Amino acid sequence: MSEVLSLTRPKTVGEVVNDFSMMVATANGSGSQTSNLALVRALFRMGIPVSGKNLFPSNIQGLPTWYTIRASSSGHTARRDTVEILVAMNAPTFAEDLAGLASGGACFYADDLRLPMQRDDIVFYPMPIKELVKQASPPKELKDYIANMGYVGIVARLLEIELEAVRGALDTHFGGRQKPIEMNMGMIIRAAEWAEQNLEKRDPFRVARAHQTEGKILIEGNTAGALGAIYGGVSFASWYPITPASSFADAVREYLPKLRSDGQNGKNSFAVIQAEDEIAAIGMAIGAGWAGARAMTSTSGPGISLMAEFAGLAFFAEVPIVVWDIQRMGPSTGLPTRTSQGDLLFVRYLGHGDTKNVILLPGSVAECFEFGWRAFDLAERLQTPVFVLSDLDLGMNLWMSDPFEYPNAPMDRGKVLSEADLERLGQFARYRDIDGDGITYRTLPGNKHPLSAWFARGTGHNEQASYSERPDDWEQNLTRLMRKAETARQYVPHPVLSGSGTEQIGLIYYGSTESAVQEALERMEQGGLRLDGLRLRAVPFTGEVKEFIRSHEVVYVLEMNHDGQMHKLLQLEVPEFATKLRSVTHNNGIPLTARWIATALQTAEED
Amino acid sequence: MVATVETRKPKLNLAGLTKSDYTGNPTTLCAGCGHNAISSQIINAAYELSIRPHEIIKLSGIGCSSKSPAYFLGKSHGFNSLHGRMPSLATGALVANRTLKAIGVSGDGDTASIGMGQFIHLLRRNVPLVYIIENNGVYGLTKGQFSATADKNQELKYAGLNPFMPVDIALEAIAANCGFVARSFAGDPKQVTELIKAALSFEGTAVLDIISPCVTFNNRDESTKSYGWGRDHREALHDVTFVPKYAEIQVEYEPGETTEVRLHDGSILVLKKLEREYDPTNRLAAIQLLEDARAKQVLATGLIYYSAAQASLQESEGLIERALAELQQSELRPAKESLETVLADFR
Repeated sequence: MSEVLSLTRPKTVGEVVNDFSMMVATANGSGSQTSNLALVRALFRMGIPVSGKNLFPSNIQGLPTWYTIRASSSGHTARRDTVEILVAMNAPTFAEDLAGLASGGACFYADDLRLPMQRDDIVFYPMPIKELVKQASPPKELKDYIANMGYVGIVARLLEIELEAVRGALDTHFGGRQKPIEMNMGMIIRAAEWAEQNLEKRDPFRVARAHQTEGKILIEGNTAGALGAIYGGVSFASWYPITPASSFADAVREYLPKLRSDGQNGKNSFAVIQAEDEIAAIGMAIGAGWAGARAMTSTSGPGISLMAEFAGLAFFAEVPIVVWDIQRMGPSTGLPTRTSQGDLLFVRYLGHGDTKNVILLPGSVAECFEFGWRAFDLAERLQTPVFVLSDLDLGMNLWMSDPFEYPNAPMDRGKVLSEADLERLGQFARYRDIDGDGITYRTLPGNKHPLSAWFARGTGHNEQASYSERPDDWEQNLTRLMRKAETARQYVPHPVLSGSGTEQIGLIYYGSTESAVQEALERMEQGGLRLDGLRLRAVPFTGEVKEFIRSHEVVYVLEMNHDGQMHKLLQLEVPEFATKLRSVTHNNGIPLTARWIATALQTAEED
Repeated sequence: MVATVETRKPKLNLAGLTKSDYTGNPTTLCAGCGHNAISSQIINAAYELSIRPHEIIKLSGIGCSSKSPAYFLGKSHGFNSLHGRMPSLATGALVANRTLKAIGVSGDGDTASIGMGQFIHLLRRNVPLVYIIENNGVYGLTKGQFSATADKNQELKYAGLNPFMPVDIALEAIAANCGFVARSFAGDPKQVTELIKAALSFEGTAVLDIISPCVTFNNRDESTKSYGWGRDHREALHDVTFVPKYAEIQVEYEPGETTEVRLHDGSILVLKKLEREYDPTNRLAAIQLLEDARAKQVLATGLIYYSAAQASLQESEGLIERALAELQQSELRPAKESLETVLADFR
């Protein structure tokens, strides 16, 4: 057995160590996700910076799916345009997959595909998957899953991925359950042994143990956001199934009982409710937020469309809730399994009339966690819905991260008056702006003081929350709401600057493009083009945004939607510098690459 | 001798409150609107049950009926939400604070048209809420369109002829496994009050479909939602008397004359037999009753169906007794060490 485990040895001339992009082409529903995650986690366990991206169809079984794994000695985790290693398990896409493989690359193919291997600039490795499955004789219903472990073993052997690291990866995947671990490892070892005896290494790619992932974690943004919400004290979460947001609610459901079970005699101090649709999901959250619980819902674009009316109610009645939007491609049903940053403008103004919603823009899984708890503080401080705009790439793919930091601030429950407060004050008007910041004081249902009651409503109201059609009441209230929208700037996260801060050209961007942008900035610098980057983390903007635009001659605004939605928001916000702002967009459902960004900006600069 | 005016002290209930502690703003609905009568009965029921105003919340959707919570229980928190969406809001609020009692007021448009989906799912989850439908078969605020409960072949000045069969809200509620389904008439204040009291003691959704005539748009005698029709065609299933758990049954009934429905909190709804035998715990009989009432064109009122078999949403969710809204940071935010443990899963 030991001879199939990789050995540490020095890098020889022509070898490429810990730097490649691998694409696994399979049919979905065949269980390949387990195999692909095993490879990603094994590389991670070997200390090699890695990321995995699932390019999957909106389908249950049979359509093509591609999983890309990037190993990067320089620590870059964004998607790459080129693929050096292809694992071809799906006949219908084989010709196209093969055509996309970089010259000098390697193609592992299931030998029953029986398709023409018409390239002489790559190395072909046949994989006798069917024969190996036959030998393993697994239960019939597990054949497809076991088959996919075949490529794990062969690829691991040829790339020198340690089988013990693969075992560790399966241990994580199966939560330590020995039976599936052993069954899968059996096939992996069988395949690795076959490769050892029958395949001669002819490509330059391999891996070697490194120390670049020590202390780090590998996690999806949806799980990170859910954990953040739990550390933010979420007590009520409502949701309706939708790709790519369902795994957010799944993680809330999985971890809340584990993390909040103490001292409640087996009872729950929380509820996670699958609603009948997204309208009910946000309605429930608003009811819970009004009653004083930390309440949230998670969805994607079509759900946001359905939530519009209720979002306006929460804005106008001033009810704190948190709404996660894991963006996918729109308009309409769009591409349910592809990523986008297309909901920005819609969410900013979600609701009819003059609404202005607060938006958080996490750029990493660590920020998904951080904004997970911070969003509740903001919502209760500002008494308004807070939207967190993630996306499919950030939410559903595995990202490397430093461990999340425990919340560094106590919970901010905002301006809530108790019975004692009311007794001391002797009066209460729900919508009276006592502090001049547009944020008024609220009481919660159940407050025993006779002054505490007020009637929440989406209709026009005066300071006492009573129905009013008076023009002055309306204007006064809406002016105050706009004052509150200004106050929000003091509380939202600040943008993050990268670069020297003294360059002439600036780049504003946000969200999941962070890793590709950082890599692109390095690339461009090597090519002699230096830019300062400003990653936005919230709308409304803080003062630094205007200052950044003012202090640069040209500012590119990069985003994954067609219309340049952030570009438009910035133009509205800083009209005096609107002509400095140049929109750079790409929107085909696939995560951005550093090469695309660098090329786009270099081309723009040359023009 | 100086004449003294004797001031009669207002009567206090067991909570030490007067009836005026349960009133709200003056109504802005039309004079004679059935909804105002129902608001009065809500006030009476809460007062007579000695509910403290902070123990109850009032919720509504949109429409004439949904405006009415401003006109009762002025010292209670309330939420006038969106058209047809009160059920979801109520669900969230009552999970966040299960110690509260809740009265939801809706209309036939708010429930049977735009809100039908949320209504059915409220019942499916059995959210403890008194859900009153002030049913008048017409849209009032928008000046007289048919609602989904309007009679087939009815003619209205604005809307013309209605070619469709009406939705029977009580029948829908039974189909959705609601455990407390009552039908009443705004012109029968005693029955409305007693049914509301019983509904407030029921730990689940209690549906009260109350025919509440619209005097402006739908009160001609041929309309099944009019005062005239209600008075002439009403057939009470039984005489209802609510007996709170702390009171003795004062009136002696002959054996076999009454049926007692025991509610969750120990109180009892006494159903005194009138012309017919009726067992409200028989689901099929309840459906048969509603079918017969439609065929014979009578307004059968009273407790149509009762079952305490279903768990409330809070029970299904295994919630703690305290309000989630009361939880403090130490109870809400898991300890620092737990984060390290949970992140170990992702190494």
